[in-house]
Amino acid sequence: MPAPIRLRELIRTIRTARTQAEEREMIQKECAAIRSSFREEDNTYRCRNVAKLLYMHMLGYPAHFGQLECLKLIASQKFTDKRIGYLGAMLLLDERQDVHLLMTNCIKNDLNHSTQYVQGLALCTLGCMGSSEMCRDLAGEVEKLLKTSNSYLRKKAALCAVHVIRKVPELMEMFLPATKNLLNEKNHGVLHTSVVLLTEMCERSPDMLAHFRKVSLVPQLVRILKNLIMSGYSPEHDVSGISDPFLQVRILRLLRILGRNDDDSSEAMNDILAQVATNTETSKNVGNAILYETVLTIMDIKSESGLRVLAINILGRFLLNNDKNIRYVALTSLLKTVQTDHNAVQRHRSTIVDCLKDLDVSIKRRAMELSFALVNGNNVRGMMKELLYFLDSCEPEFKADCASGIFLAAEKYAPSKRWHIDTIMRVLTTAGSYVRDDAVPNLIQLITNSVEMHAYTVQRLYKAILGDYSQQPLVQVASWCIGEYGDLLVSGQCEEEEPIQVTEDEVLDILESVLISNMSASVTRGYALTAIMKLSTRFTCTVNRIKKVVSIYGSSIDVELQQRAVEYNALFKKYDHMRPALLERMPVMEKVTTNGPTEIVQTNGETEPAVLETKPPPPGLQPDSQENDLLDLLGESYITPVIPTAPTSKPVSAGGELLDLLGDLNLTGSPVSAPAPQIAQPPFLLDGLSSRPLFNDNAAGIPSITAYNKNGLKIDFTFERSNTNPSVTVITIQASNSTELDMTDFVFQAAVPKTFQLQLLSPSSSVIPAFNSGTITQVIKVLNPQKQQLRMRIKLTYNHKGSAMQDLAEVNNFPPQSWQ
Amino acid sequence: MIKFFLMVNKQGQTRLSRYYEHVEINKRTMLEAEVIKNCLSRSKDQCSFIEYKDFKLVYRQYAALFVVVGINETENEMAVYELIHNFVEVLDKYFSRVSELDVSFSVSEIHL
Repeated sequence: MPAPIRLRELIRTIRTARTQAEEREMIQKECAAIRSSFREEDNTYRCRNVAKLLYMHMLGYPAHFGQLECLKLIASQKFTDKRIGYLGAMLLLDERQDVHLLMTNCIKNDLNHSTQYVQGLALCTLGCMGSSEMCRDLAGEVEKLLKTSNSYLRKKAALCAVHVIRKVPELMEMFLPATKNLLNEKNHGVLHTSVVLLTEMCERSPDMLAHFRKVSLVPQLVRILKNLIMSGYSPEHDVSGISDPFLQVRILRLLRILGRNDDDSSEAMNDILAQVATNTETSKNVGNAILYETVLTIMDIKSESGLRVLAINILGRFLLNNDKNIRYVALTSLLKTVQTDHNAVQRHRSTIVDCLKDLDVSIKRRAMELSFALVNGNNVRGMMKELLYFLDSCEPEFKADCASGIFLAAEKYAPSKRWHIDTIMRVLTTAGSYVRDDAVPNLIQLITNSVEMHAYTVQRLYKAILGDYSQQPLVQVASWCIGEYGDLLVSGQCEEEEPIQVTEDEVLDILESVLISNMSASVTRGYALTAIMKLSTRFTCTVNRIKKVVSIYGSSIDVELQQRAVEYNALFKKYDHMRPALLERMPVMEKVTTNGPTEIVQTNGETEPAVLETKPPPPGLQPDSQENDLLDLLGESYITPVIPTAPTSKPVSAGGELLDLLGDLNLTGSPVSAPAPQIAQPPFLLDGLSSRPLFNDNAAGIPSITAYNKNGLKIDFTFERSNTNPSVTVITIQASNSTELDMTDFVFQAAVPKTFQLQLLSPSSSVIPAFNSGTITQVIKVLNPQKQQLRMRIKLTYNHKGSAMQDLAEVNNFPPQSWQ
Repeated sequence: MIKFFLMVNKQGQTRLSRYYEHVEINKRTMLEAEVIKNCLSRSKDQCSFIEYKDFKLVYRQYAALFVVVGINETENEMAVYELIHNFVEVLDKYFSRVSELDVSFSVSEIHL
């Protein structure tokens, strides 16, 4: 069998390969040759073959069949064989293979070899891939070598010890005595590796850390560092003018670990750190590397404030440097320190903002994060301008993060609502498609809360989607707002800006085009359809058009749209009287920070018609609608305070009936007429309402009366008063029908004099069955703060015997106990 | 901690690779290809530190050869940058004016 080719030949041949396939072919041929040669147990050429195998392994081809060969090589006596064998072991073997255990004995023998290079090889290999069993067995040998006088071996042994400690932390104590003398070496190699060993020990175990602090390691290190800086030019350690920067950096790192959270050590280090910081040359990268490490150390230990200021100034100087690497490093460290030394970092704000315009991606990302951390109440306007400009021009991968960051910062530090809305608009229009989905409900809540800006907001949003409705979050927010505040848009009421003339048709045009467009997501279409529906109560002339649109979508393929359209259709047809109440303005939402899902439920409150259709009057109405009705009761003022008491505990108020009551009633004392004074009063009403004890006290004390009795319709009043709130009287009416036909669509309405206040709750039904077989019950609550005589005028409407009946009456026979 | 040390040329051929953590062999080629793609797409003015997955790459270009070192957060990036340069200088001294060919042909020597 001809001699296998040399490694160089192999490499040369592979290099001539033009394509991947050719290369693979050559390699496979060579692999086959190597395998057959291994089988033949050829000693002389084994190392050559293994070398080739290693090369092929590096290129990415499987080479596991060479593992055993490596072992044989290690066992041989020739140095070249051992060398390749150990290299092979390091590259090919690791803990996962079972073969490696066989190496243990070989390594043990080699550790005691006469030649230091062989010992060195063994140490290297052990340090590279020793498993925990191997380490346990051989730790004693390593420790012995740590104490030899041969510096070549000492440094290798130290590194090997690092690996042993990593694998088997329990053995750390074994190496402790040997470390005592390590730092007294002159040889930088040994110094370096021993510092690494000490670092590793300190990082792993707090006991060791305490021990080293006691053993006054710090002064030793300080001394070494000082020598390094002070000593003149030493050719063997010099790297562009600075002697052994690698050792300096390592020592600084160890000092950092020792000084963390420890006052004494930190004090001992202060001088030397200041010295390093001031004396190091910054013209070359080397100097900057050392300064960087120094800054990190100063930040981490308990240094005095002067030193910290020095560190931040160094970072500031880094930022102004032209070299990108240095700027990157400075930005990273400033990010770490901005939490603790906020003011100092603020001084460099302008430079940081300039970095936003840099071409480099890593720098831009760092600068963006840092800018967000620096925004505060004073500089928010300026910073926002820069950040918005950045949002315009940055890469897509940043836009989502940047948009979220801007929203957060704007929420925390917005100087005025108008500015806030403007900023949001700007973000939506520039980076609309990158805004996160959860931002949309947050924005909507924000807009609802800034009540006086509604007109302005809706106008701007309208203008924004007029041109372009492809950005989904923007369109969603815009359609929601148009749906809510469409009347403001059409009436041109905006004070902040030039009001634009928009007709109802134009608004509907835009919403319809959103619905039709292919670019709109299903969610967006849902928003648009709901908005169109809401406009049916806000707009006056285009109701038919809206009805048409809604009915078209009743047969849409999208199930969500179809359901909504069908429900809205039903709303038009069967429940038209409830429509205005359901589609009223949304109340001011409470700020629920982490309660994402409930907010969304609230936002889509008007899609609840489904619940209503099942049973009139609806018992389980959403809190929104209740609050809507209450607001209407109190005179359609939007600036009412948010009503904190749980509306769900109240009995539900029927939407339509109440509105009709208030609409028809221009009698004295109706709460609608004077909105302003009402604002102070809701608490009373609510206090009365939400405290359940009302119904428990004094139920039997007050006699009931018959308020009305005509044409077979009899209405009885029963009274209750509460001890806790004596100005509230609760009247329960019962209506019964003694004729032989039912009375349907029964509506009871009442009005009281100006000094009283009235609240009508929902009736139990609207049909009074004939022959007194059933009654309608309804609850009235009367607030009588001045304790005047109770008087009431009532109006009854119902259908009886096929004709509509209506009657007005006055009730004067209230018993004195009901109002005194 | 240094995770790996690579020398890759512009065409994507690996001249030297040393991994200090276990990485599957097929993943290695993928890793090397991706890393070199990231480095090649940078211009000269850009920073030498790239964030890649959960660790950082420090790279330095010497003629047609890229030296890339993967490090984790505890390392000082600038020190590693210097280390790369130091290493190249050592190679220079050893081979007297080292070139890519030298690296390709003397892989085993460079390893040790």
